Amino acid sequence: MDFQVVILAGGFSSTLFPLVSKEVPKALLPVANRPVLSYVLDLLESNNLKDLIVVVEGEDAALKVGGWISSACVDRLHVEVAAVAENVGTAGALRAIAHHLTAKDILIVSGDIVSDIPPGAVAATHRRHDAAVTAMLCAQPVSGPSESGGSGGKDKTKKPACEDIIGLDSWKQFLLYIAKGTEIKKDTRVKKSILCAAGKMELRSDLVDSHIYAFKRSVLQKVLDQKPAFRSLKQDVLPYLVRTQLSQRSDVFSDQSNVEENGNGNGKNNMQNNEVVLSQILSNASSPSFHQVYESGLDSRKTHKCCVYIADESKYFVRLNSIQAFMDVNRDVIGDANHLSGYSFSAHHNIVHPSAELGSKTTVGPHCMLGEGSQVGDKCSVKRSVIGRHCRIGSNVKIVNSVVMDHATIGDGCSIQGSVICSNAQLQERVTLRDCQVEAGYIVCVGGEHKGETFARK
Amino acid sequence: MGAAEKKGAARVQKDSEDLSRQRLQAIVLADSFTTRFRPLTLERPKVLLPLVNIPMIDYTLAWLESAGIEEIFVFCCAHSMQLIDYLKKSQWCSLVRTIVSHKSTSVGDALRYIYEQQHTETSQIQGDFVLVSGDTVSNMPLAELIQQHRDRKKRDEKAIMTMVIKKQSRLGIGSDQLFVAVDPVTKQLLYYNEGDNNGEVCLDKSLLDTGVLVCNDMLDCYIDICSSEVLSLFEDNFDYQHLRRHFVNGLLVDDIMGYKIFTHEIQSSFYAARVENLRSYDMVSKDIIQRWTYPYVPDINFSGNHPLKLGRRGIYRVSDAVQSRSADIGASTVIGYGTKIGNGSKICKSVIGNGCSIGSNVVIQGSYIWNNVTIEYGCEIRNAIVCDGVKIRAGAVLQPGVVLSFNVVVGQDFVVPAYSKVSLLQQPTKEDSDEESEYADISNGTTHLLSGVNNLQMESKTSELDPDGAGYIWKVCDSVHDAEWKHSIVPIPMEKLADMAQAMDGDGIEDGSVVPPSGELKSDTDSINTDANDPNDDDYGYFEREVRETFLRAIEEDNNVDHITPLINSLRFSYDMASADCAGAIFYSMMRLAMDTQHNSTSELYRNATSIITKCKGVLGFYVKQIDEQIEVIMKFEEMCQESAALSPLFVQIVHFLYDKDVVQEDAILRWGEEKAGADESDKVYLNQCEAFIQWLKEASEEEDS
Repeated sequence: MDFQVVILAGGFSSTLFPLVSKEVPKALLPVANRPVLSYVLDLLESNNLKDLIVVVEGEDAALKVGGWISSACVDRLHVEVAAVAENVGTAGALRAIAHHLTAKDILIVSGDIVSDIPPGAVAATHRRHDAAVTAMLCAQPVSGPSESGGSGGKDKTKKPACEDIIGLDSWKQFLLYIAKGTEIKKDTRVKKSILCAAGKMELRSDLVDSHIYAFKRSVLQKVLDQKPAFRSLKQDVLPYLVRTQLSQRSDVFSDQSNVEENGNGNGKNNMQNNEVVLSQILSNASSPSFHQVYESGLDSRKTHKCCVYIADESKYFVRLNSIQAFMDVNRDVIGDANHLSGYSFSAHHNIVHPSAELGSKTTVGPHCMLGEGSQVGDKCSVKRSVIGRHCRIGSNVKIVNSVVMDHATIGDGCSIQGSVICSNAQLQERVTLRDCQVEAGYIVCVGGEHKGETFARK
Repeated sequence: MGAAEKKGAARVQKDSEDLSRQRLQAIVLADSFTTRFRPLTLERPKVLLPLVNIPMIDYTLAWLESAGIEEIFVFCCAHSMQLIDYLKKSQWCSLVRTIVSHKSTSVGDALRYIYEQQHTETSQIQGDFVLVSGDTVSNMPLAELIQQHRDRKKRDEKAIMTMVIKKQSRLGIGSDQLFVAVDPVTKQLLYYNEGDNNGEVCLDKSLLDTGVLVCNDMLDCYIDICSSEVLSLFEDNFDYQHLRRHFVNGLLVDDIMGYKIFTHEIQSSFYAARVENLRSYDMVSKDIIQRWTYPYVPDINFSGNHPLKLGRRGIYRVSDAVQSRSADIGASTVIGYGTKIGNGSKICKSVIGNGCSIGSNVVIQGSYIWNNVTIEYGCEIRNAIVCDGVKIRAGAVLQPGVVLSFNVVVGQDFVVPAYSKVSLLQQPTKEDSDEESEYADISNGTTHLLSGVNNLQMESKTSELDPDGAGYIWKVCDSVHDAEWKHSIVPIPMEKLADMAQAMDGDGIEDGSVVPPSGELKSDTDSINTDANDPNDDDYGYFEREVRETFLRAIEEDNNVDHITPLINSLRFSYDMASADCAGAIFYSMMRLAMDTQHNSTSELYRNATSIITKCKGVLGFYVKQIDEQIEVIMKFEEMCQESAALSPLFVQIVHFLYDKDVVQEDAILRWGEEKAGADESDKVYLNQCEAFIQWLKEASEEEDS
């Protein structure tokens, strides 16, 4: 497949403070004791997409990510790590690495995805329609039931805010309209011309853009060159392409055809026509798509297609872009979506590494994970939590719905609920935490009782 | 206890029986309240115009009868006598009851009238009814739909109307584009927009929570199943005129009492359409010939018509037609009784009525020739409508889009220009509140009829169909912004289609480029704010602009400006303006419209201005009851003349015209003159222009005094 894959792995995201630190960029945050990036890489590998560029914001982060990649999967995949300046946005990042892009189509995947939706299907849809851009949509993730007591408890009573408003044609093949729900103040405006061309449009708010896109390289680069103000793929580039899909006036596309004509002569052109015909046959199009109808109705008009691939509802998809999402993803990967984790579960639906030591009368419930070399004292109880490698946990400790990262130390009599303890952090005796985050290396003093706090050195 | 229960049960049963026994009733509006079919409708009600040789209303009544409607109320307005006579003689006289009101000028008026009647007479509309217009052609079943409506009504008190829509396979039926949004699951209508010229569809955010289906490929059949609340809603909201524009949008936008409208999409195997304008006349005729409307097709007797015989290639004719051997009858053609066709004539895709006589070597293509038409040899007729009794003399040519009204005579070798409408009646210039309806005074008509032939010679400049012809060629109404081609029966030219798409896309692109990238969102909101601030600085300017937009919209939409008075009133109150300001703003809008309408010379501009003043006098008159307001109008006009060189030479003429039309009284002009007398010399340009006029006025009043 002549596809190049770009993984936008981000840098030290501020929304994930304090989980993300100088040592751990966002891409390396552990999900069930594996960096989140590894889930994306596995997913791509399973779809036979092995030519990857990982784009990381910031040199330091790039070094960290590069180091991990070379140790983890250098033998299986061909991965290039590129560093770009911080805060350039997704479009800016692509602009910076444009010289690396050579393939006809580019698949762009966000690096914080934990999912089992095959990106290969997106690529195939893209090719089948000969589209300029194909976006993957999936059903709005529903927060799991087990988060009760967590910080999500309050949100659950609220209606989920509609994130994206997406307009589809009646066959659910083309993307006719996209807007961010939060940006729409009072009403949403849809252009009539596209409605006239497509006849029907279904406006839905129960789908979200999943940040996996396939772009035609030529189109993408033209847009990036011509619109230097565009910063974000999702908010600028994609809506722009969707908006202009029927217009001949945007020079992006007329130019492109010229280039191809001049550069390659007639032979290539014929081939292209054949390809179009082929793509029609492939898409089972007994009648031409509305783009073609539109084009044929008006001479000298150039259109481009914006397609969608809608993932099956049974598929799992979460983006790790908030602390809540981090908790959810950890819980799901060892719970409901455990096929993603790649581990084999015991009869008790949990994973306890053989080298982990458990004290007497300590119970580890289902949907738990206990990393290599960790020690848990007597009379402890662990429920629905992930505990990293080489953690030391004292006696009479209760850990529920929490994530404890590698090398953390938890004193006797602690009670932890719905919290994240980062690596090397230390909880002294009898600390009670509820919905808290503890930064890496932080020490929480004896006997403290905290609720909804963030512990960090500052 | 047990007895009581039994009783209750019995009552429930009785209730449901009552409901099921309720007579199925329908209201047929036999007046479209528009002028789309003029000049034909000046002489005959629209619903009696033949559609493939059978009056339109026969299709509607035959369908309603077969769909199980037990009682049909036909609401007549224009030419009610003709219609009542026709219905009396028809086979439906037992089924049909007529309601006559000459005062109604809109659907709203009609329904209000029916509501009022309901209380005076005993057996009128009870419960649910079907509301259709008399130009509907359909073969869909209704009983099931009415049952659905009743069931829904029982579950949800607020579901008062079910609207029938149909997927439209072809675009370009000529009416305005329709955009509807429905709930994909419940089919509740959420948004209805027909032909506003905005390039965008604007949906309220609250609609998006559940997801909506926005459709452009739907045709509104104007077949509505209504509950009795609909009538009372019209009664309560006395400003509702149009069934869709006011009533439906009123319910959707203003959310009156939470009433809901649902849609029903009919299956593609059934047919429903409305003859709204000439283009849909053409479309529906073709559908009938192609038998989509079965059983309402020419070879079946459904209204006492003589069934024709269907031959190959969709040719309907009588078996013993008098037709020359060398005549070539092409596909999809209907030829009525007693029609003679001469040698070598070519006819295709056309409908020819009864008793016509067509000479030799005539070419008829895509046209509708009604009854008793005489066409002499060598004529050429393409995409035209030719009414009863027309004579077309040898060698005449009708260019595409021509409409010849009743008894017109086209002279020898005369070429009738494309899209022209010819009638024996003169184009009405006095357009008052009646202009919306098809209603025309018969007596008025006859005087015209008599003078028609004579006048022809005299007015040879504008209306001439050759020395031996008879009829007036109507001027194309200057306010018709959507050009003739859109509504005529001629297929829309390719370049127009391209233009339309371009125009639609054009405004889209502009706003596309305006949308800033995410990083610049802030600047955008800033600019909106300044925009919003602007009018605060100049309230009057903003008010004037809104009035002008309202005015133009009214002109564009339905040509009747009279009902913008409530709109302007509401603007007036929201901006806290005086009546004089309204008068000024309206007058300004009128003059601007006159200037924007195409004109080549000052005299043409004058004609534009006078025709607009004549038309909109009613609205203006509402605000110029006081002398001060009249002065304001004159001052406003003076101001405009200063800004526009084209207008300034016309100042006196137009003021005089206003005086003639009683918009301004002489007192106002005289007082204006006095006020201005003390002004600077530069300010007195127009006063000087008016000097003679004012002098004349003064003398006139002095004479009167003495």
